Amino acid sequence: MQTQSEIGYNSKIEGDVIITRVDAALAWFQKNSVWPMPMGLACCGIELMAVGASRFDISRFGSEVMRFSPRQSDCMIVAGTVTYKMAGFVKRIYDQMPSPKWVIAMGACASTGGMYRSYAVLQGVDKIIPVDVYVAGCPPRPEAVLDALMKIQEQIGREPILSKLNLVAKLTGAATP
Amino acid sequence: MSNLDSAQSLKAKFGDLISGPAEFRGEITLHIADAERMAEVCAFAKNDLGFDYLVDLSSLDHYGEDPRWTLVYELRNLSTNAELRLKTDVSEEKSELPSVLSVWATANWHEREIYDMMGLRFKGHPDLRRILMWEGYPYHPLRKDFPLAGKPTNVPEVAFTEITPMEGGPFVTLPSSGDAVSREPRVRTPEE
Repeated sequence: MQTQSEIGYNSKIEGDVIITRVDAALAWFQKNSVWPMPMGLACCGIELMAVGASRFDISRFGSEVMRFSPRQSDCMIVAGTVTYKMAGFVKRIYDQMPSPKWVIAMGACASTGGMYRSYAVLQGVDKIIPVDVYVAGCPPRPEAVLDALMKIQEQIGREPILSKLNLVAKLTGAATP
Repeated sequence: MSNLDSAQSLKAKFGDLISGPAEFRGEITLHIADAERMAEVCAFAKNDLGFDYLVDLSSLDHYGEDPRWTLVYELRNLSTNAELRLKTDVSEEKSELPSVLSVWATANWHEREIYDMMGLRFKGHPDLRRILMWEGYPYHPLRKDFPLAGKPTNVPEVAFTEITPMEGGPFVTLPSSGDAVSREPRVRTPEE
């Protein structure tokens, strides 16, 4: 019986243990390190800078790493008016982001075209890329953007990462992780 | 030299070509009868009268009238602060006039914008491409006969446009001393 207590876990030395599923742990890592792709196209871009600055401080949510390379980002924040001339580039940058990826349409223009009902403006960025969260406002307050980010985090927390990978492996015929 | 003096000396040089000067709130406007001689008039205004800055070059569309186009040149003399406005008309069949790029280099992008938005061509412009819309876009969107909602186009790999749902619009604000509710953008019929 002596041997059993020696190999047993000594919480006084090792600290506390949390037991969880791998899926939940991965989701927790992922949702607290969402790196945004700042797609600042108009005045909402200025408000997005305020979100990153010290007063509102997006780093409280683990998203302070604004990546200007689509290869290193998880969440595209479309901040501003998407003109038809720009639409192709927004789509291309979205396509270059590695999966899994999320999109926030920040402000009236990115969500619906806003006040620009004219020949030059795409009527909502969801016509070219899938949007997860729409933020109302012209421009939205930084708090609203942070709220959108928290909604994205909730969504990531609900996504079963491992089983999704298994599904992908099944569909592509790759080895199951 | 005052605004009026510059206008008079321009008129003395070119005679019947120039009508005016028309004065409105201290601003002098001259009308040049023949758009073909615009570059010549502008060169004189710059070299002899010292109008060394082309503030703006814009165009008007009088849809349904002849001549259809009016070009407006806003000139400024940076050393005396004199200002002068030159206007000239161009017919729709012609839709062409000489470039003033050799006089003021800044006319380059102004003329490209007018070409893009209105479809007027400038003779002697070295790089007459669209500046706002993309190459291959088939319309000139600031013309009065172009609908606000646009027309569908598609240039593969470049850009596309669709007709904008107007939802009963266009939505128009009403300038008034009323409160924010009465001023806000709404669908308004012309009688209102």
